[in-house]
Amino acid sequence: MDCNDCRTPPGPRREDLLPASAERSVKVVVVGGFGVGKTTMVGSVSEIRPLTTEETMTQAGVGVDDLSGVERKTETTVAMDFGRITLDERLVLYLFGTPGQQRFWFLWNGVIAGALGAVVLVDTRRLEESFPAMDRLEQGGVPFVVAADNFPGAPVHPARELRSALDLPGHVPVVDCDARRSDSSRDVLLTLMHHLHDSATATREVL
Amino acid sequence: MSGDGRAAGEGDWEEGTPVPLYIVTGGRTEAGEERVLDLVTLIVARSEPQPGMRPEHVSILRMCTGPLSVAELSAYLDLPFSAVQVLLADLVGDCLVEARQTRAAHTAAADPDVEILKALIDGLQRL
Ligand SMILES: Nc1nc2c(ncn2[C@@H]2O[C@H](COP(=O)(O)OP(=O)(O)OP(=O)(O)O)[C@@H](O)[C@H]2O)c(=O)[nH]1
Ligand SMILES: [Mg+2]
Repeated sequence: MDCNDCRTPPGPRREDLLPASAERSVKVVVVGGFGVGKTTMVGSVSEIRPLTTEETMTQAGVGVDDLSGVERKTETTVAMDFGRITLDERLVLYLFGTPGQQRFWFLWNGVIAGALGAVVLVDTRRLEESFPAMDRLEQGGVPFVVAADNFPGAPVHPARELRSALDLPGHVPVVDCDARRSDSSRDVLLTLMHHLHDSATATREVL
Repeated sequence: MSGDGRAAGEGDWEEGTPVPLYIVTGGRTEAGEERVLDLVTLIVARSEPQPGMRPEHVSILRMCTGPLSVAELSAYLDLPFSAVQVLLADLVGDCLVEARQTRAAHTAAADPDVEILKALIDGLQRL
């Protein structure tokens, strides 16, 4: 093997391997407007160097069954950054950051379907940019928490104001965060898990 | 966002709703087996690579000596998710890899598993 092969090993490095006993995995998505810190958050909590997975999206239209027509259809690639946290010998959490610039990430069905929950990152200077992402989560039935990045110069909204500006129901947690810090990003994930846990147990009591 | 609010930017789409390519190409990806292969499904090799296999299958079997998610495979192979799903459907069908249990899409949100949530909270608190 020459050094080219050494530099680009086709697969995970040894330190990127999961325990052999890993058997359960969950998916959390980080959504929000353009440049709001999604990739930063994925990277700050991930135990592996963030990776990228892609999906080729194509436009459905007339003659979908006609394979000869497929090549003529418009195609675009949607890329997701993702990271990983091994929680114990069995359980692994994957965190996917959606691209803010691409309009059709939510049609990549594997991203929202089966997601345990989501983090909506908002830049308090551009609140409206988080609306489309929240709409998609609501349509997909994915529960979420809202995390406001404190960018320099951004107005600091008390959670209550932010909640009403974003028209959020009272049960959706709203927290501040610095996506660049792993402890802060971790706390956002903890807020999400507590929220999911509370909803799950509350549902149970009602039943 | 309504269907009409899409005018701004990225004008490379015409009218209509785009879908992942594999839905259009149909064939094996509609066969059923691969439906369980989520982005985060963990894959573990059950066999050594065998002579005559296609190189992508060999790469997958080499990488999956331990568990690895479909998303990680897609990243390391530099192939789209749906292409990896097709490759894995072959390997799962031939019992050359095991796909470990993951949250099924239909259990999302509506039926979160409290035990898993507790384990997630404990695990995150330990970080
Ligand atoms: N001050 C501050 N800066 C941040 C924070 N999070 C991210 N940034 C910075 O904001 C910039 C954009 O962050 P990204 O993580 O690339 O944003 P993104 O949401 O992935 O962007 P797109 O994928 O292009 O939509 C980077 O320069 C980050 O360092 C934060 O919490 N506070
Ligand atoms: Mg990004």
